[in-house]
Amino acid sequence: MSRRKPLAIVIVLLAVLAIGLVLPQWALFILTISFATGLVALGLMLLLRAGLVSFGQALYYCLGAYTAGALGRFFGVSDVVLELLAGAALAALVALALGFLLARYRGIFFGLLSLALSMILYGLLVKNEALGSTDGFNVLASTLFGHRPGAASLRYAVMACGAVTAAVAALAVHRYLETPLGRLAPAIKDNEIRVEYMGASARYAVHVKYAIAAALAGAGGALAATTVGHIDPEMAYWTTSGEFIFIAILAGTRNVLAPFAAALLYGAIRTTAYDLSPNTWQMSLGIALLALIVFLPEGLFSRLKWRRS
Amino acid sequence: MAAILDARHLNKAFGAVTAANDVSAAIARDSVVGLIGTNGAGKTTFINMITGYLKPDRGTIEFEGRDITRLPPRDITRLGIARSFQIPQLYSSLSVLENVLVALGVVLRNAGRGGYFSRGRPLVPGFEAPAEEAAQRLLERFGLAEYRARNAQVLPGGVRKLLDIALAMVAKPKVLLLDEPTSGVSAQEKFGIMEMVLKAVRGEGATVLFVEHDMEIVSRFAERVLAFYDGRIIADAAPQAALADPEVKRFVVGRRA
Repeated sequence: MSRRKPLAIVIVLLAVLAIGLVLPQWALFILTISFATGLVALGLMLLLRAGLVSFGQALYYCLGAYTAGALGRFFGVSDVVLELLAGAALAALVALALGFLLARYRGIFFGLLSLALSMILYGLLVKNEALGSTDGFNVLASTLFGHRPGAASLRYAVMACGAVTAAVAALAVHRYLETPLGRLAPAIKDNEIRVEYMGASARYAVHVKYAIAAALAGAGGALAATTVGHIDPEMAYWTTSGEFIFIAILAGTRNVLAPFAAALLYGAIRTTAYDLSPNTWQMSLGIALLALIVFLPEGLFSRLKWRRS
Repeated sequence: MAAILDARHLNKAFGAVTAANDVSAAIARDSVVGLIGTNGAGKTTFINMITGYLKPDRGTIEFEGRDITRLPPRDITRLGIARSFQIPQLYSSLSVLENVLVALGVVLRNAGRGGYFSRGRPLVPGFEAPAEEAAQRLLERFGLAEYRARNAQVLPGGVRKLLDIALAMVAKPKVLLLDEPTSGVSAQEKFGIMEMVLKAVRGEGATVLFVEHDMEIVSRFAERVLAFYDGRIIADAAPQAALADPEVKRFVVGRRA
């Protein structure tokens, strides 16, 4: 399984890149946003494996988005790759600092503290006129390695960047899960006393996981910013975090490709619900999600596992 | 013989209850020491203070001449003191093999062999084998090989105890503290388990301290006995002498002198 997974990731990547060539613009948009939210959910998966639920992952999503936006607004940089890297780096740095506080907490305290931190960012952005206050601001049209793709191929180029980023992230996380530190996650969830009495620091392990999750969320935020072309403080709002948790739970914690599949499914259901009933789309979305949770309690790929075992 | 572990004048109180009252004991290297006493006598408190779970109110603990009194459990474990628990502390959602692999990963990291992000198949120190092979060897030594794929949550009591001890042994500790290794194990299994554990542990040259209520086990396996009563050590001698002590008979064994 572990040797076949990287191959599967590369095959899926190539398939997505090929299919993208024939997809209409709106579908490319949904696909790219799925990679963005899937990256956040992939980070949440790392935390969920250790038994931690962050209700504030929108903090890093929004940080990544504003980093990408600010690069264009203040420095004239619009390169997608640079935006993704900067978004991930800033989010990771902030998480490394905040991690000293958060890694000490577990359970509901960890969840609510992370929620509080994301709402602090929301509050700061809403009051900041240089960053557009509640309206946010527009993000420069994306460029790629100094080239500005034509209007027709821009969406595809950004989607391809998102797909490659998602594949690299999935490979890295897959690799990480097999390292001693990655293996510690379920151990921390099960029995922290034993972890300490084996000579390991659960707090350090949680700190590292938190920073990796933030970097992934930051990259996701930057990708969303350049795809949508506009950012606003809602990206840090708690309902945004809620969406990420939903996607992560839908994905389960066993498969590094599942977060992206779950994000795509979530995006598709949401779009369809809006299309069918513009005034009551939340209700349709809610019912669809409820059904998914009832029938796939362990995530998208749980049925697959049962059959195999 | 030089003491590997030296506890001096340990005191610990929980409110009005004194769990350790001027407890001193020097443990010789390579010895097997039995800790006896009624419930609440202070045996587990003694073990908890040595392993850093509790900090003594007064007194010092030295391990190989180094003061470890204020160190946290993980630092004490890294120095070479490991423990098992009265209630086995396992990773209940993982299989027996995965439980051991997690522990081996920590050993690799603490040994600096590839660290937490190690690639490939670095050799686990003490086993000089890759993790999977080392895990298999350890499971065989503790008679756990047939359970390797079983989930830790559904193991029988005696097997849980063994796995708990095996996890403590992964890091090849110099001192192993066993908290009631045979409690919750059937009378028929008790001797077998103790024999297997001591054989596996002594093969590694570890010094052993074990808490035990069964006097037959104590007199058969311990070389020295520390008898606790009311937070104090009331006897410190070879098993026959300790169990014949009038105070021990009265307060611990429960027979009149």
